Amino acid sequence: MLPLTEKMPLASTDDIVQVRQAVRAWAVELRFSLVDQTKIVTAASELARNTVIYGGGGTVELERLESGGRRGLRLTFEDHGPGIADVEQAMKDGYTSGSGLGLGLGGARRLSNEFEIRSKPGEGTVVRIARWRFP
Amino acid sequence: MDSIPILKMGEFLLVSIQVDMHDRLAMTLQDDLTERIVKTHARGVLIDISSLEIVDSFIGRMLANIAAMSRILDAQTVVVGMRPAVAITLVELGMPLDGVRTALNVERGMELLHAALADGAATTGEDPGAPAD
Repeated sequence: MLPLTEKMPLASTDDIVQVRQAVRAWAVELRFSLVDQTKIVTAASELARNTVIYGGGGTVELERLESGGRRGLRLTFEDHGPGIADVEQAMKDGYTSGSGLGLGLGGARRLSNEFEIRSKPGEGTVVRIARWRFP
Repeated sequence: MDSIPILKMGEFLLVSIQVDMHDRLAMTLQDDLTERIVKTHARGVLIDISSLEIVDSFIGRMLANIAAMSRILDAQTVVVGMRPAVAITLVELGMPLDGVRTALNVERGMELLHAALADGAATTGEDPGAPAD
């Protein structure tokens, strides 16, 4: 049985693999379809990399959701890095402040059922996504 | 540091990715493959990703880079064995792997490489019937 929440560190790129494996294990436990598992693990991988590379490291919290007979998985990525000045701009495909392709945020949003981002320059960024299992 | 083995078979290099790729491993593979193409004069590269449970934008970019670099070095790349769930996710992610040749499995991939090589030979002036001026 899964705990209600689990918090994992995201300090280096090696942690991205750990997070992918944990998210996969949770998605399997929640009986997500193979495609849904793949989508949430891929979204987690993108956001975890953002946290490590652009946020200077941080954490991710995995959370089991239950609402009206539906089950889901929520992931909250948090860093205390430089933050994003123009969130709307950062959501666009192709936007990147580093060497990436800029698919991270927009791609993660498309792969999720719920997407929320809060960022303040100089304070950090919180990105929260959820994916529900549709019976 | 660990690395992914690269096998040589005739004019081709074969790679089968069997582990969950961390970022450094992906970068290492990119460098190793480019070096091996030059060293072995390989004309084709086949990358089997049937064991990969996800391809995110980082791994996708690595595959696209390998395809582009090998093309510059006169070798063709074909990526084979992508899982259906991975294909669906990549398109939704916004990364349809333009410029990367794909095939369903190793057998089809090898056919594609052989065909590309035969095509190349036919169009690079080895036609004895061509005008000589």
